Amino acid sequence: MEVTMIINGSSVTRDVEPRTLLVHFIRDQVGLTGTNVGCDTSSCGACTVHVNGESVKSCTMLAVQADGAEIKTIEGMASPSGELHPLQRAFQENHGLQCGYCTPGMVMAASSFLAENPHPTEQEVRHGLEGNLCRCTGYHNIVKSVLAAANETAEV
Amino acid sequence: MTVTEPKTSGGVIGTRMLRKEDPSLLTGESKFSDDLVIPGALYIALLRATVAHARIVSIDTSAAKSSAGVVAVYTYDDLKDDWAGPMPCAWPVTADMKNPAHFPLANGKVNYVGDGVAVVVANSKTAAIDAIEAIEVEYEELTPVLDLEDSVSDSTVIHQDLATNSSYLWELIPNKDAVDEAFSNAVHTVEERYIQQRLIPAAMEPRSLVVVPAPFGGDFTVYTSTQIPHILKVMLALTLGISETKIRVIAPSVGGGFGSKLNVYAEEVLALAIARKLRKPIRWTEERTENALATIHGRGQVQDIELAADANGKITAVRVNILADMGAYLQLVTPGVPLLGAFLYHGVYDIPNYSFSCTGVFTNKTPTDAYRGAGRPEATYAIERAVDALARKMGVSAIELRRRNFIPKEAFPYPSAAGLTFDSGDYAANLDKALSILDIEPILAEKQARIDAGSTKVLGVGLSFFVEMCGLAPSRVLASLNYGAGGWEAATVRILPTSKVQVVTGTAPHGQGHETSWSMIVADKLGISPDDIEVLHSDTAIAPYGMDTYGSRSLSVGGSAIHLATEKVLDKARAIAAHQLEVSADDLEYSNGTFAVKGSPEKAYPLAAAAFEAFTAHNLPDGMEPNLEASVTWDPPNFTFPYGSHFAVVEVDTETGKVELVRYLAVDDCGNRINPLIIEGQIHGGLVQGIAQALYEEASYDAAGNLLTSTLADYLVPSATEFPFFELDHTVTPSPTNPLGVKGIGEAGAIASPPAIINAIIDALSHLGVSHIDMPASPQRVWETINNAGK
Repeated sequence: MEVTMIINGSSVTRDVEPRTLLVHFIRDQVGLTGTNVGCDTSSCGACTVHVNGESVKSCTMLAVQADGAEIKTIEGMASPSGELHPLQRAFQENHGLQCGYCTPGMVMAASSFLAENPHPTEQEVRHGLEGNLCRCTGYHNIVKSVLAAANETAEV
Repeated sequence: MTVTEPKTSGGVIGTRMLRKEDPSLLTGESKFSDDLVIPGALYIALLRATVAHARIVSIDTSAAKSSAGVVAVYTYDDLKDDWAGPMPCAWPVTADMKNPAHFPLANGKVNYVGDGVAVVVANSKTAAIDAIEAIEVEYEELTPVLDLEDSVSDSTVIHQDLATNSSYLWELIPNKDAVDEAFSNAVHTVEERYIQQRLIPAAMEPRSLVVVPAPFGGDFTVYTSTQIPHILKVMLALTLGISETKIRVIAPSVGGGFGSKLNVYAEEVLALAIARKLRKPIRWTEERTENALATIHGRGQVQDIELAADANGKITAVRVNILADMGAYLQLVTPGVPLLGAFLYHGVYDIPNYSFSCTGVFTNKTPTDAYRGAGRPEATYAIERAVDALARKMGVSAIELRRRNFIPKEAFPYPSAAGLTFDSGDYAANLDKALSILDIEPILAEKQARIDAGSTKVLGVGLSFFVEMCGLAPSRVLASLNYGAGGWEAATVRILPTSKVQVVTGTAPHGQGHETSWSMIVADKLGISPDDIEVLHSDTAIAPYGMDTYGSRSLSVGGSAIHLATEKVLDKARAIAAHQLEVSADDLEYSNGTFAVKGSPEKAYPLAAAAFEAFTAHNLPDGMEPNLEASVTWDPPNFTFPYGSHFAVVEVDTETGKVELVRYLAVDDCGNRINPLIIEGQIHGGLVQGIAQALYEEASYDAAGNLLTSTLADYLVPSATEFPFFELDHTVTPSPTNPLGVKGIGEAGAIASPPAIINAIIDALSHLGVSHIDMPASPQRVWETINNAGK
């Protein structure tokens, strides 16, 4: 089946098998490998992307279901001129990543969370990221990163 | 030609430099193994045993072979001539250790759920997985051996040719009579049994690999998600009979390991064999369920520990007997893992009499192997819980009893009764610092107030004072343990013509930030910007020598090698500068990237000029080789012994059994600190893995040997909601055994935290008569423990 999406601002049309998951479409057919796969049960959140502005675990959706949607992946977060997104910068400044495998999903989930709740408390951040697992950081610096990004946005 | 101006001089070590690795990882630019685009690659998928213990009666692959997109289907028989040897176990811990033949696919019999039975090769991943479904296997089921005590009884023997389920008995009993005497003279004794449940390491990146053959040239490039590219290269060569010169192993970005990628796996060996056979690139990426079934598990021990003490609570002897679960086969270092703890069951205490024995037994479960801490969390848990048990029995505070038994500061270097020499430490000062931060009195007052008020939310404080042996290293010591490799690390520091610096390391990072820390070590010494330093690693063609990354060894061994290589290259540059300035090298001092004559700073010669001179070689001292490069292979004289006090404050809901972590304070001493930002991150991550062992995680099996926790929906890797912010502080006792004075920090959090949590839970419930609980202290288990207490 043919599907068309706007991915990180560019229109993409491809033929897909009906059973193709959105995450495999993004990785294998569009070649955007920043979005990772960490489980088979929608538990880990490594594959989180934005679909029409909302964060979605892209393993929970078929590519055909995203036909016509606007998708943003981690590759679309930094500015075209190479400036990191404030959340990406906050993750670096607060050492919010180690191996980096969960990081794209974590950043996408956090950015969608902050869009809904720009001034969260620590507990709200922790609950907001509940669907994203990290095995390296103990979450400490991830939570700090998200709070720092929220503060920075608040100051602007 | 651009010559970079020096930007810094010294002062880099100890700063919170942001990681160089991050921009690529944060933008999706980094490539993990599954991200690589390899044209023409075929995919493999494994059919895995669905029963724990069975003879294979028949395998019918005919339907799978005719399935769409399938290139080949192989079973053990099809590939039996492809192996030069079985899957490697590099740690034969005793001369008579029993090691069952282990091949990538099962030979007539399956020994755990997940054991490889057949492999499909197809032109897409989905075609390979679809074809797996079409393979018919008939099993004749055998009684599964799941319990460690059942196993040791040999009522059912798994590997018939071995005639027993016991792989080995390993003992460290320097003086049995003295231990027996200490127990017969003891005023107080405790005798405890603890269970170390099996854990699933669950790195977020599943294992993944691509083998690319060059059929006419004869070379193979193996891209794989591994912690050990160097060891893997040697093992693949030996296992497959391929010349080591023909194998290049590259570990691209690796998404966490925690020991689980410190191995030689069946899929790596299979993929290389099939790539050789079919002359095509072969790739495979693990599904999460395969990660739970067929990547190693950690822990899995029954620990019996006894302490003898005099009237004052001075501990006079420790006696430990362990049953350790090997799983179905011995993987790379499976049998040695419990022995990494064998020397640490006296903990931080000056205990003169020591007895340790470990029996390694086979079960019909996934093989175990190194998982963060590997043997040391188990030892720390046992001694730190037993000391608490002794304190309860004697009616003294757990803090006071520890103080009475600490190895005193003056005793370092301390020869332990277990036979190691502890490098340095000031345990009392570290505990004092932790107590000053914790401010325990108000917590104890609140705890008592809640008990008095009959509250159902009770508080507990738990202490764990840990020591570990790190920097898995001294080759001669490893030899005495029959370890199959050395423990050195290699480094090359190369100052290029433009004065940019390349550092080549044998360490293989997978989240630890080596590119950053290694740059800092060199920048600090050379007085140049860390940005002008590139760290090359994890590719056996670029970094040919290395012993890789595990056991908190990379900084103390690999970092020290880099430090020494930097000194060596600087000495060469100094000789060039002296030649150019026509002075003696001894008359030069170096700072800010420039050599200057002592007392005559105007007579100066920059490092950059020396680098360019070494490149042109127009005017070098007589006999000096061109190029500015130095290599060092460093084999340290001893392990390092990081330590620290960890306090947990928990709130237990006595009605629901739920445990909430209220505070966690860790005051670690890892010697000198290169990058506190990275150190803290390592502690945070270790803490969460250790706390998860205490509260959440367990690889559970049913009575038939099926793994019940084979997905992340069933296996409870905790999320951010389970934790508060951690409180960290530190003391600094430099290690005298390496030039950086560092000790290692990667495993500390996972080693220290389980007993702190469990001790806190028991403290919270002791007024209800609770003196023991096993891990994980799930709400159900806590609730049952409360309700069974005093019955």
